[in-house]
Amino acid sequence: MTNIPETGRTPRVQIRLVVIQILVLSLLGTLGGRLWYLQIREGAAYQKEASGNHVQQVVAPAVRGAILDARGVPLADNETRLVVSASRTDLLKQKDDGKAVLTKLAGVLGMSPEEVMLKVRLCDAKTPQPCWNGSPYQPIPITDEATAKQALQIRERSEDFPGITAEPEAVRRYPGPGKSNTAQVLGYLSPVTDDEIQQAKDGDSPYLRSDMVGRSGLERQYDKELRGKAGVTRYEVDNLGRVIGQAESDAAEPGAHLVTSIDSRVQRVAEYELDKAMKTARQQFDKITGENYKADSGAVVVMEAKTGRVVAMASAPTYDPNVWVGGISAKDYKALTGKNSDYPLLNRAIQGQSAPGSTFKVVSTAAAVEAGYAWDGGYPCTSSYSVGNQVFKNFEGESFGPISLGRALEVSCDTVFYGLAHNEWKKDGGIHPKKGQPKDYFFKAAHQFGLGKETGVDLPNEVTGRVPDRQWKQSYWEANKDAWCKSGKKDGSYVEMIAYENCLEGNQMRAGDEINYSIGQGDTLVTPIQEAVIYGAIANGGTMYTPTIGKAVISADGKTVHEIKPKSHGKLPINQAAIKGMDEALEGVVTRGTAAWKFGGWPQNKIPLHAKTGTAEVYGKQTTSWLATYSEDYTVIMTIAQAGTGSGASGEAVRNIYNAMYGVQADGSIDNKKALLPTPEKNLPKVRTDGTITSPKISDDPVKDVLSSPSPSAPADGTQPAATTSPGTGNSNTRRRRPRRRGSRRMLT
Amino acid sequence: MTGANSFSVSGYGPERAGWTRIFARDSVARRLDWPILLAALALSLLGSLLVYSATRNRTEINQGDPYYFLIRHLMNTGIGFALMIGTVWLGHRALRNAVPVLYGLSLVGVLLVLTPLGSTVNGAHSWIVLGGGFSLQPSEFVKVTIILGMAMLLGARVDAGDKKYPDHRTVLQALGLAAVPVLVVLLMPDLGSVMVMVVIVLGVLLASGASNRWIFGLLAAGAFGAIAVWQLHILDDYQINRFAAFANPSLDPAGVGYNTNQARIAIGSGGLTGAGLFHGSQTTGQFVPEQQTDFVFTVAGEELGFLGAGLIICLLGVVLWRACRIARETTELYGTIVAAGIVAWFAFQSFENIGMTLGIMPVTGLPLPFVSYGGTSMFAVWVAVGLLQSIRVQRPMSA
Repeated sequence: MTNIPETGRTPRVQIRLVVIQILVLSLLGTLGGRLWYLQIREGAAYQKEASGNHVQQVVAPAVRGAILDARGVPLADNETRLVVSASRTDLLKQKDDGKAVLTKLAGVLGMSPEEVMLKVRLCDAKTPQPCWNGSPYQPIPITDEATAKQALQIRERSEDFPGITAEPEAVRRYPGPGKSNTAQVLGYLSPVTDDEIQQAKDGDSPYLRSDMVGRSGLERQYDKELRGKAGVTRYEVDNLGRVIGQAESDAAEPGAHLVTSIDSRVQRVAEYELDKAMKTARQQFDKITGENYKADSGAVVVMEAKTGRVVAMASAPTYDPNVWVGGISAKDYKALTGKNSDYPLLNRAIQGQSAPGSTFKVVSTAAAVEAGYAWDGGYPCTSSYSVGNQVFKNFEGESFGPISLGRALEVSCDTVFYGLAHNEWKKDGGIHPKKGQPKDYFFKAAHQFGLGKETGVDLPNEVTGRVPDRQWKQSYWEANKDAWCKSGKKDGSYVEMIAYENCLEGNQMRAGDEINYSIGQGDTLVTPIQEAVIYGAIANGGTMYTPTIGKAVISADGKTVHEIKPKSHGKLPINQAAIKGMDEALEGVVTRGTAAWKFGGWPQNKIPLHAKTGTAEVYGKQTTSWLATYSEDYTVIMTIAQAGTGSGASGEAVRNIYNAMYGVQADGSIDNKKALLPTPEKNLPKVRTDGTITSPKISDDPVKDVLSSPSPSAPADGTQPAATTSPGTGNSNTRRRRPRRRGSRRMLT
Repeated sequence: MTGANSFSVSGYGPERAGWTRIFARDSVARRLDWPILLAALALSLLGSLLVYSATRNRTEINQGDPYYFLIRHLMNTGIGFALMIGTVWLGHRALRNAVPVLYGLSLVGVLLVLTPLGSTVNGAHSWIVLGGGFSLQPSEFVKVTIILGMAMLLGARVDAGDKKYPDHRTVLQALGLAAVPVLVVLLMPDLGSVMVMVVIVLGVLLASGASNRWIFGLLAAGAFGAIAVWQLHILDDYQINRFAAFANPSLDPAGVGYNTNQARIAIGSGGLTGAGLFHGSQTTGQFVPEQQTDFVFTVAGEELGFLGAGLIICLLGVVLWRACRIARETTELYGTIVAAGIVAWFAFQSFENIGMTLGIMPVTGLPLPFVSYGGTSMFAVWVAVGLLQSIRVQRPMSA
């Protein structure tokens, strides 16, 4: 039994044993190969994944810097609020995706369950607001206005509220000092999106999941400075999240403060006056449309003429910027952006554009000087101007005889500019311009005045306006001719006739186009901020300053102050003599011209004011009113859409803004104590050693302080009605209408 | 046969005194297969380090003693080593006579698991808790007794010279002998062990020289059975998921998918040389479940890298290579079958265990021979080493 000879082994078994051995080796070889693949070939990827596994980031959000006005009064700062948040990941682990918990939570918070559910859903292309556009892994704030009692209810019964937290957090606040609002200038914040995180990942200022990002206004423009850097502590953790390794931490760097040139008191006055002017306009009857003025939107800009710093910038309609804080509700969002909203998010001072009306005549005057017309030449101011079979009338058929350019500007004589523009049009070759470049003085001047492009104000999404020159006409025609040619009829309705004409010759500069253009009607579009730059430049002797709102960025510790210096972006294309001539003419507008009826009793010898009114016609709508003014130090531009004439709609409001800044009383005396800002604020607010910034106390409503007297628009001379919509006789050419004629689809003023 | 009071085997060489006798020419010690022995010892000791690394921080299972698992693993190795010596001392031939008893005992063991005495660990109802922190997994012993039992039946008539190959009746008997415990283990259900046993049966039949028809028939039956099991929903969902998720962790991201994923991350992050013993963050962070038992290989992968993990595969290769040689070189079919069965067992179990940590095999609860923590498994594999040594030692030297 023990000595079986080896020869007894059969070859079949022997072969099979070899097979087994080969199989075994190949199994081991497979393991070795796979091991090599995982550890050597893919090792780096797994190492990365492993480190992601064990490292937990604890983010200490940086406190966002404040936005301050010129005196240090906070326009935007932070406050501690009790924020109730829901974690989607925790909610989705529950059987009903957390519906029961959210419903219970809604009960505690006194909200409707639907509202809470909407807030925690994720945004995508098809989901309207409200929705969460931050990271799905980040707690989603449901309310930041929880009371201490509500927070306690949630915390003490945390087992009833899985995935819900109630924590104090610093949230953005827009305190609105002295009833000022400044909403569109300040902008708003919303949570960072995944795309933004990806894009900024490798930059020097990457976003964190929890970051709030400025979406518009100063919050967006200065986002990087205001945001600071969140502190990140990285812990090595085990599978249960217990810390097992050393922490590696970057301390949070609080955001810097932005000092602006805004004066919250002047801002308040400007907002109040704009609102009041619009309300007043709505009481006025518009003869042309046969209904009251709609006065549906408006803007006002108060700018330092010698620096371009914006002291106040108001846009109407407006909204309360605090609606954004803690996530906006569906209703609020709809009210701000829906079709039936009047788009209060728009900053109409930089994003509203319309034809400038007669305020454009400063450009035309400059163009005439450039083209070689003598300042004092006698230009016929007739009651009408005929080109072919078209008749372009002067306002109310006025005529002043032969006058100088300055006088034409002062009395806003349309026919003088018609003649000059028509002359230049003819010189340039008429409808078929000469070979080579037409001189196009009138269009060149507009470009040189900075129209048709952004002013470069430190706010996002500024619009360019438009100069309807040959190039624009050509490209506009190319884009629209198919539609025009389709709908145009030679003998159809007014619209059809215009389309027919445009189809045939819309790419050509017609005499009527240039004539209309010379007085700021037609296709020209300007923004209030562009007007502010132009009139500021006339005020300061010709320098076009880039408007700025940011004045300085001060680090949170107060140690580094980065001042934002005024910057010019060009000079007006006219000589000093012409500027002086215009300056005098514009003063005449206040003393005896189209704005005089609103500025009676103004202490002109102490505070010389200059102004130009404008009334732009918009097809199918009521006229847009413009009032461009400046004093030695300030430019104030106000425009209101569908509100009638420039002086009628805005004269009183602009005067009140000057009243407030200079302390002018109803009787024309100057009370320096009541003057809010008789000279521009040159200094930055003081920074204390601890980095905090001093700010003066601000009264509840600066409007009440300065308006201790009744409306100053009951003028001392008593010649003008306080408010009117029909311009009284001889009170200027603020607006005027005549039967629509071929070739003049826009009316003139 | 063997002397009851001597470590040497009678009939070979003169008696000598003391340890010189042990290492004398033709002595048992000289004839032992040292590569297998050293490789198995190395694996066990390496295993103790890996088990220690995986458990020193797991206060929830190590009773607050970081060395709890290390000491027990070393104790298990010691007991296993003693069992090996005992097995060599008794000799596999002597054990052949005891096979019916051993088989019966192991069968009783697995049956006991099905009674209220049995308990469930990690979803597998395959344990008998003895108390005092000790528990047995009788299915481990069944692996040994199936090999021995089948070898006894299949080898008997061939070794007696009656037949060249086992006849159909003998094969049928052998299959029946294996089928009973396999079915019981399937009922537990301990699928991993069933798979190992099926592979063992295949290996045994191959080595026995049984007709090819049996081999292919068995393979076909296995495939058919697998399909039937799947289609008839005999398995619980968790078992199906375990099978599917190794290839697609997202099928069961919080369960098996998590295990495989974390295991792969642990191994993959090891790179060439690893993070260093006790420095693996996956291991220290306890991201891989069951890391001292079924997933012990991930510790080697992460902390010792490709070199360390490769060493474990190589050491297993040494054991298997030598075992194959033993199977080939012994003249007795009984010894050949036993050695081949052990090769099939070790090879498949190692492949399945390491393969599942590498994400190429489904996740089943099988220990890595010698390395994984677990007493019963350790004892069983060392007894198997003892059988291999015995087959080599008792090989006729005269040839």
